[in-house]
Amino acid sequence: MKTISVRTVTEKIREAFLDKGVHICENYLKIMENALEKEEGAARFALDVMLKNARVAEKTSSPVCQDTGMAVVFLTIGQDVRFTDGFIGNAVNEGVRQAYKDGYFRKSVLDPLTRKNTLDNTPAVIHYEIVEGEVFRADIMLKGFGSENMSRLYMLSPSEGKDGVERVIAETAINAGGNPCPPVLLGVGIGGTMEKACLMSKKVLMRDGDNPDQELRDMEKKLTDVINASGTGPQGFGGKLSCLGVKIEKYPTHLAGLPVAVTVQCHAVRHAHFEL
Amino acid sequence: MIKLTTPLTKEKIASLKKGDAVLLSGTIFTARDAAHKKMAEAFASGKPLPLRGEVIYYAGPCPTKPGEIIGSVGPTTSYRMDAYAELFAKNGCLATIGKGKRSAEAQNAIKTNGGVHFEAIGGAGAYYKNCVKKAETYLYPELGAEAVYKLEVVDFPIIVGIISD
Repeated sequence: MKTISVRTVTEKIREAFLDKGVHICENYLKIMENALEKEEGAARFALDVMLKNARVAEKTSSPVCQDTGMAVVFLTIGQDVRFTDGFIGNAVNEGVRQAYKDGYFRKSVLDPLTRKNTLDNTPAVIHYEIVEGEVFRADIMLKGFGSENMSRLYMLSPSEGKDGVERVIAETAINAGGNPCPPVLLGVGIGGTMEKACLMSKKVLMRDGDNPDQELRDMEKKLTDVINASGTGPQGFGGKLSCLGVKIEKYPTHLAGLPVAVTVQCHAVRHAHFEL
Repeated sequence: MIKLTTPLTKEKIASLKKGDAVLLSGTIFTARDAAHKKMAEAFASGKPLPLRGEVIYYAGPCPTKPGEIIGSVGPTTSYRMDAYAELFAKNGCLATIGKGKRSAEAQNAIKTNGGVHFEAIGGAGAYYKNCVKKAETYLYPELGAEAVYKLEVVDFPIIVGIISD
């Protein structure tokens, strides 16, 4: 049995959001840096401003983007973990609340119908997964809505097969044009049920390293190339770099269905994780 | 690199072509969904259209840190303001700045009224913040981030997105 004070969780969540609000993940910045020389005209101008923006944000501790997003938190909790000093969900929201206040991040969260703002960017969207052992892991992201609005769910007919799956993934990115602030990162969930596909598509965005499944790894590479060849380019101005990568996860589904969910992530990739 | 200074006039924008990179200096006004709704309501009630003759920047900034001028302030997605494009283009709004695709109707309204729409670089909120030398709340302070802010900007990088040929 491992005991974790939820106060520690609040502090770590606060730190993670404060840090990522002003930092784009370095590995994706590298891809953009390497592409700069290959772009021309408006696309190069845009990519250059994006890269300078990342550096000035870091230097001045300013939010990378004014859309500091909705806070999304995936918690992976071992069944032998016990929390003290309060409820874990409240602790996460408190960390988000403090980060958005202390970082002078924009409070974008409101009631969907009345549009009344909650004024502290809570509630976060929190997903809990119970696993074996004494693990505690949090994967967090600041998810902006220019890209979230371009995310899609497809309940395909099984007859559409792998070709159909690849087609809708590529179309999601290509049809979105400049709206999601490309180059985009795509998270894809294939199979399960409607909500399982959507959850996978969000969580897989934060996967470290290569896909362990060879077939999915090949699909990821192929789709990245297809989307880059579309010519959307940085910020939709036409160019070579449209896609930072595709990450796919699959899960068994029902014989009558083929769900495919695609979460679109803008170039300002703001993801982090920590373990306790 | 083309440098432009506000106020923009039809003469100043006459030689611009789609895809031109521009550094804009002068006064611009932020407005997004909620402010557009309010301005359209004001016009419908018989008042003059607010921000006529001005450059409208589709944006809602982060809160301002103590001692700073404004928070990060990159562009928001233009298509949500497409429903207002004709109203503003017809009533003296010559230039807008946003990001992403616009509807055929919005493009048409901007072109037929001799206006221009610029694309700013989405996600570059910190960079744009550094271009702002002065900021004040101008209209609808109750809207918070969605209020209309009057910004004095220097070398604000944008691309010509929509203009008649």
